[in-house]
Amino acid sequence: MIDKFHIKSYCHIKNQTISVNGNALFCDESEDFSTFIKNAYKFLKTDYSKFFKMDNLSKLAFLAADVLLKSENLNEDENDIALIFSNRASSLDTDRKHQAAIENDAEYFPSPAVFVYTLPNICLGEISIKHKLYSENSFFIFDRFNAEHLQLYANSLLRSGKAEKALCGWVDFDENSYSAFLYLVGKEGEIEHKTEEITRLYNIL
Amino acid sequence: MIKTFLSHNNIFSSLGFESETVVEKISKGISGLEKQENSPLLPEQFCASMISSEVVKSEFNKIGDSSQFTKLEQMMILSLKKVIDASKIPLNEKVGLLISTTKGNIDVLEKGSNFPENRVYLSELGKTIQTFFGFKNEAIVLSNACISGILAISVAKRFISEKKYNHVFITSGDLLSKFILSGFNSFQALSAEPCKPYDEKRVGINLGEVAASILVTASAKNLPKEAVAILGDATCNDANHISGPSRTGEGLFRSVKAALKEANLEASQLDYISAHGTATSFNDEMEAIAFSRLEMEHIPLNSLKGFFGHTLGASGLLETIVGMYSLEKNTLFISKGFSDLGVSKNMNIITTNTPKILTTFLKTASGFGGCNTAVIFQKINNKPTINANDY
Repeated sequence: MIDKFHIKSYCHIKNQTISVNGNALFCDESEDFSTFIKNAYKFLKTDYSKFFKMDNLSKLAFLAADVLLKSENLNEDENDIALIFSNRASSLDTDRKHQAAIENDAEYFPSPAVFVYTLPNICLGEISIKHKLYSENSFFIFDRFNAEHLQLYANSLLRSGKAEKALCGWVDFDENSYSAFLYLVGKEGEIEHKTEEITRLYNIL
Repeated sequence: MIKTFLSHNNIFSSLGFESETVVEKISKGISGLEKQENSPLLPEQFCASMISSEVVKSEFNKIGDSSQFTKLEQMMILSLKKVIDASKIPLNEKVGLLISTTKGNIDVLEKGSNFPENRVYLSELGKTIQTFFGFKNEAIVLSNACISGILAISVAKRFISEKKYNHVFITSGDLLSKFILSGFNSFQALSAEPCKPYDEKRVGINLGEVAASILVTASAKNLPKEAVAILGDATCNDANHISGPSRTGEGLFRSVKAALKEANLEASQLDYISAHGTATSFNDEMEAIAFSRLEMEHIPLNSLKGFFGHTLGASGLLETIVGMYSLEKNTLFISKGFSDLGVSKNMNIITTNTPKILTTFLKTASGFGGCNTAVIFQKINNKPTINANDY
């Protein structure tokens, strides 16, 4: 059947650990997110100077995507991988920073470099730039991980030929608590692309 | 392939609280933009379309207790209620709810807000709207910058084609807040005068607040006279920059190409383009380049930002609804604020309201994060088509 798609790989970033396909790749003692993610960036030999301009949500999403996409032998010029991301807190971590900069008339100093990250889909832009993805992207908000929604939406894009592959999942950052779970869906892979399997992988760690 | 239609709709804006009223004002060239001086929202002068909180409250008190709902929730509920009522569709498990917004209840973060901080979470906004109407399904919230409103139509279509829903109600909206104004102002993107999309004297955008709602459905029953079919849609990233559009219009070019392919149409078969046209120097130039690459320079085009300003998460849906009426009335509406072409490629900007037989139109939008969406719509013949999913 043409409509059968599979999960090829997946990545978790939470509790100071980055795991790929359920196996820990990098672990760090740093309680603080910015130290942890900087150490992870170095460990993974990411070498991408724009990374340091990103907000916390984008750093989290970017590294999770990078871990999966760098083993994909992507084309240098363009790739067709839809991004279907979701979370609970939208861009609230950065929203609070922008709000703090405008709260008092006496210390009114909004910054464009902060404001641009007050949209959750900016991280999709960051990933698209790095990996040359001229493809579909959408960012959804739910109060919890919603495997059914992601499965249906990815299936729709893959079945209709609007995307060759889809990188889907959850990237949430709120008050120094963070978690990322991304998975790559396409024609290749061992794990069936269905809601129960997505939920199982999400909960595996 | 299941056919999907845009059906009953509502625009809740400074130009009126019904789509018909709003379109009537547009046809008379009346703009909802006003210069704002000494506003608590921004230390300097700006120009925007606003709806008074008192007016919203008094409208809302006719249907509920306004003290329980934020201004944005009141606007969205007032707008969506008219669409649900007109559709006569019972809200069962085959009916979805989709909410499009960039910042939702962001004003809840302000000191002195009457609402608890958890109301700033977009899923809370979703729950509030879902509960008010009694939707059986959880609200899906889409927050994808300035393409959200038009992308929401694509998302609804996709859920209908996956047979998850037979009908999807979309409501979209964003507030004119201190948060948004200060941010766009820090980019030096705001114009203190009414905006002039594509004009050589354009200096920047105006912001506006609107709630717009629509029914997306697989059923050809009970469609209003302005209903259209969705023929093709696509979203493409520029893969270029997070806060500036691609110089070559790459994502917009690709999204229009892909939407045309799905619609099985040539560029020359489009009668009208409802473009994004924010009136910033870079955006308008990018669109001119993309439409030139697509060989669409000759197609009549407008930006409706001169009527409402940029209404963020609502803009794509709002402007699509106006486009539906444009088709129904066989009239091209002016691109308000335009007089002399200020982009490097030819464009056929609509300068007077023009009667013309219109069948097909393209709606486009582009936003921060490098995202672009294109959707193609077609007028429906008065003879209803038989649809496999029609019950």
